[in-house]
Amino acid sequence: MRAAAPASMLAPVDPRKRHRWFALLAGTALAADAATACAAPAAADALRTRALVRLVRQDCGACHGMTLRGGLGPALTAEALRDKPREALVATVLGGRPGTPMPPWRSLLTEDEAAWIVDSLKAGFPAR
Amino acid sequence: MDRRFAESRFPGTMKRGALLVAACAVLAGCAGGGARLRGTGDLGVVVERASGSLVVVDTTARAALGRVEGLGDLSHAHVVFSRDARYAFVFGRDGGLTKVDLLTRTVVRRVLQAGNSIGGSISQDGRFVVAQNYDPGGIKVFDAGTLEQLADVPATYGDGSRRSKVVGLADAPGNKFVFALYDAGEIWTADLADPRHPRVTRFRGAGAQPYDGLVTPQGRYYLAGLFGEDGVAALDLWRPELGVRRILPNYGHGEQKLPVFKMPHLRGWAIAGRNAYLPAVGRHEVLVVDTETWQEVGRIPVRGQPVFVIARPDARQVWINFALPDNGWVQVYDTLAGKIVANLQPGRAVLHMEFTARGEQVWLSARDDDRVAIYDTATLAPVATIEAESPSGIFFTSRAARIGF
Repeated sequence: MRAAAPASMLAPVDPRKRHRWFALLAGTALAADAATACAAPAAADALRTRALVRLVRQDCGACHGMTLRGGLGPALTAEALRDKPREALVATVLGGRPGTPMPPWRSLLTEDEAAWIVDSLKAGFPAR
Repeated sequence: MDRRFAESRFPGTMKRGALLVAACAVLAGCAGGGARLRGTGDLGVVVERASGSLVVVDTTARAALGRVEGLGDLSHAHVVFSRDARYAFVFGRDGGLTKVDLLTRTVVRRVLQAGNSIGGSISQDGRFVVAQNYDPGGIKVFDAGTLEQLADVPATYGDGSRRSKVVGLADAPGNKFVFALYDAGEIWTADLADPRHPRVTRFRGAGAQPYDGLVTPQGRYYLAGLFGEDGVAALDLWRPELGVRRILPNYGHGEQKLPVFKMPHLRGWAIAGRNAYLPAVGRHEVLVVDTETWQEVGRIPVRGQPVFVIARPDARQVWINFALPDNGWVQVYDTLAGKIVANLQPGRAVLHMEFTARGEQVWLSARDDDRVAIYDTATLAPVATIEAESPSGIFFTSRAARIGF
């Protein structure tokens, strides 16, 4: 089911995941789905979700590229992250990577938010 | 009147009188139509990073003139201008190099020259534009008229099989370019006396992870900030035989590694009198450095991690913007009084600031408010706003006449 990574960043592979962040994005009351889907940061908080998407696209994008295809930092596309363990990626977001310009984002992101970002990146990050 | 023009438009058997009348009609038509004569010295562009477009702006009218679209991925785009200030060369993240006519607001030419690019520059004589690329790492030289590729200089290092990302490309006097190799820790100069065969001089061991560089306003020194260690790598372009020296041994994040949420940009290093004002890396400070001794002579506490520290052209004020989470603030430092004199909130996510050539206005892009705020630098009050979609870099044509921009 995990065939060629989607060229479009709006086409995540796993329909369940798509459903999840779609629900998050819309901030709609798909309560049952959202509740069972994951420990997402405040599922109802569409504003915070939009802020996170913007943060990744715009601020992480300063180094990783707004299309997440890489820059000074490596690519963060679903394909590039496919073989990277989720927990290690979450740890990198929160703790940074010593010896590189990747900073620890712990002071700006909660663990749930970092996990949401990693899951969303692995699924193909939303455009906005 | 250009007779060849008239004849080419009206060839054949027309008599001279008729030809004259017809030519006048053409000129009158032009004057009455859209193509009024105007200069470009007060124009500029605002990069709309998310939509791959530019807004062409007029700093006299403080207005947008129109939009140019189809420029690709403009996250971290850079713009330089032809020496007649009519054309903008836009370097996009996706390797696109686009030549835009500011008067007609059309794309003149566009090439995809790399997979991942970070900017570019234009030669002293205006004949060549040079792109600096992450992938494939290196620089490429183009004819500024046609965008024909003239040379490819791969940034190879180690045993020659690896290529480094190139950062901090700057033009220097003598039709030279200077740049740094992020992965290799080297500084290279390229002399374009023969543009198809640039003569490259390598300076190895310049320092770990140079992340940006600049040429000082008079074009003498190339300075590269280092991420991997403290200090700044400096090359005296008047005396390159002396090699790369290390200055400002304490410049960097020091022993206590602080998170750096956005790499500071060096291009705006403000130089006022004999002092330079630099963004401290990861600290809430602006450093003051004596440019004759290259010794630190002071530190200015500021609101957040500085990104751009830019002097008003008369150097009386230094304007500072910040990384997350303080990127909604801008501070103004008075170089005579030696203190911060204004704390401004021009909008959310202020990414860039650009002064008009003589400094009476400064334009600030507020990315998350989708607008550009224009401030009067004497009153420090906002005087106008221009709508733009996720605006980032602002570039005025006065850059065409400056070294190292």
